[in-house]
Amino acid sequence: MKWIAIALFAAVALLLPFFAGDFYVNLASQIYIAAIFALSLNLLVGFGGMTSLGHASYLGVAAYVSALMTTRYGLHHGAAALISILGTVAMAAFFGLIALRATGLGFLMITLALSQVLWGLAYRMSNITNGDNGITGITRPEPFGISLESPAAFYWFALITAVIAFVMMTVFVSSSFGSSLKGVRDQPRRMAALGFNPWMVRWITFVYAGFWGAISGLLYVYYNKYIHPTSLSTTSSAEALLGVIAGGSGTLAGPAVGAALVLLLKNYVSAYVERWNMLLGLVFLFIVLVMPEGIVPGLQKLAARLRRRSS
Amino acid sequence: MTISRRQFVSTLAGASAASLASPGLSFAQGSGPIRVGLLAAKTGPLASGGIDMELALTMFLKDRDNTLAGRKVELIVADTAGVPATARTKTQELVEKNNVHCIIGPLAAFEALAIIDYLTEKEIPTLGVSAAEDMTQRHPSPWYVRLTSTSAQCTYPLADYSLKELKYKKIVTIADDFAYGHEMCAGFQRAFEDGGGKIIQKIFTPLATPDYGSYVAQVKTDADALFLGTAGSNGFRFLRQFIEYGLKDKIAVIGGMTALDESVLRNMGDEALGIITTSWYSATLDNPLNKAFAPAFRKQFKYDPGYYAASTYLSGQVLEGALKTIKANAEDKKALMAAIRGNNVDTIRGLVKFDEFGNVIGNVYIRKVTRSDGRLVNSVIKTYPDVSQFWTYDKKEFLKNPVYSRDYPPAKNLEL
Repeated sequence: MKWIAIALFAAVALLLPFFAGDFYVNLASQIYIAAIFALSLNLLVGFGGMTSLGHASYLGVAAYVSALMTTRYGLHHGAAALISILGTVAMAAFFGLIALRATGLGFLMITLALSQVLWGLAYRMSNITNGDNGITGITRPEPFGISLESPAAFYWFALITAVIAFVMMTVFVSSSFGSSLKGVRDQPRRMAALGFNPWMVRWITFVYAGFWGAISGLLYVYYNKYIHPTSLSTTSSAEALLGVIAGGSGTLAGPAVGAALVLLLKNYVSAYVERWNMLLGLVFLFIVLVMPEGIVPGLQKLAARLRRRSS
Repeated sequence: MTISRRQFVSTLAGASAASLASPGLSFAQGSGPIRVGLLAAKTGPLASGGIDMELALTMFLKDRDNTLAGRKVELIVADTAGVPATARTKTQELVEKNNVHCIIGPLAAFEALAIIDYLTEKEIPTLGVSAAEDMTQRHPSPWYVRLTSTSAQCTYPLADYSLKELKYKKIVTIADDFAYGHEMCAGFQRAFEDGGGKIIQKIFTPLATPDYGSYVAQVKTDADALFLGTAGSNGFRFLRQFIEYGLKDKIAVIGGMTALDESVLRNMGDEALGIITTSWYSATLDNPLNKAFAPAFRKQFKYDPGYYAASTYLSGQVLEGALKTIKANAEDKKALMAAIRGNNVDTIRGLVKFDEFGNVIGNVYIRKVTRSDGRLVNSVIKTYPDVSQFWTYDKKEFLKNPVYSRDYPPAKNLEL
């Protein structure tokens, strides 16, 4: 039963561009981008117990670097992507050194502060970032000579990247390193006594999450062909965190579901409901009250209860 | 508006299912309504302007029984939330899902910049409202026209008026710290200093400033006047503190096109009296078309239309003129765009013409806040006819310079 559902879902995901209109294909591409971003944040929030309010930094910086490299310095997309990923990962490594001096609320505030610094820079260094006008004239790359201009082509590109990201992050948390990460989240002292270095475990996770944040940032800028300081804003970080918590932090599929929910409310439901912000709040409230662990664990529990009752 | 939107969606369910399968599907002329998309920020910090945009355009269409040039019109409103990425998705929705023939809006420069490449690629005629200079200067699009003004376009006449009529020599500028504020101050500074005046201080305040006290305290009081280049409710909030600090009697205040907009003015009292601002519109404009629009808007919504309301009403008038020229055949987008650009349409702001970059050449009004029928209004004290975005400067020379910014043109007369 479970496998049939998965196979069905995979078939729909794969063949979507053949039966859905461009608008829906584009919407789905955006969901994949938001899902990668939420999954990377979930490594910190769900598996590492490090609630970050500055994850948009990685998405935004990767997007800005790629945009600047291609539009201003005329670099090839491959080289630009490489510089952008390396730069963002280096930044994550550095930010990790600062932010991981604290845990809990302190960690949250430091990540928030760091992301605000970047947001401010994007606004004010207008000779480089073009400030509030953002950067226009960005093109999409052509991997192996295939143009990604059409919604369908970009959709498959985003789908492949999302699948790779999902697998890579699943491998990461299922590995023995993932176990030590969960150990550090739940019992840092005991883990230290066992000879693990909790700081190092957290730092590596932080950098790895930064890496996938950068990947989602690249997809984001390729998709929008435009970048503006709002993508570095706290709102952008908070929306992703909302998705992670709504979907179920610390689960593998939860953040993707949550990210899809937030994105659909924002971009699709808003066409029919004027006060979509309020609706988003109500949905979130409902999740917190009824399924405090998130949608995915909540539904799993519901399914288990139904099964027990029927047997 | 939600309801009409929903109704629209349900009546068109069949058609949109068809368009879902083949998004490129175009209707033959007369077989369906003309679909007009409006991009307006109806939530977020820009909401009040966005809502005015929708109200005015709806009113325009309702007055014409939702028929332009003999053909029914469906208006589809999309909320951009004032976020570039959302603006882009909403534009895609209008184009790919609703198959609009043309788009009016959006409001903010960064929204317009986020979608302009896409609209050019999809060849959608767009009647813009936002002010970003370069969209009709160094990076124009054949599918984009602007009917309002560039950021700086209205400040040139004000600079001229300040020098010649008000005899100001030294001015302090204060504006919101984003592209619109930078471009507006830069344009004002250029025209003012080229005419012999001096900008002795430039202050930029963050877009969301809770307290203007520290900025008010910085203002150099030996200036003749203060140029206010704010948008939204910031002008009103700044002025209130400016008066509290007792500066109003020391320095005169003049303002840009959004500083004392009608939408701001309705929250103000006598402290606003006598302030001179510049704009391409005023609710008190004395022409037959505006006489039909402004009082009706006021009657229905209990306040005067300002920049935002006028911008979409104006767009409606220009669109109607173009549709009449091409006999409502909105499917021919090239002809529609050519008609929009080629027509000289009489509107609520006066005669509207376009230059080769798609920017409006039209009247700019110097206005003074006065009291009339118990409410504050911007009464017109001088009209500068047919102002171009290049003012009196040579077009080629103008375009060789970098776009206006925080640092360009450099301010040489700042006093430390």
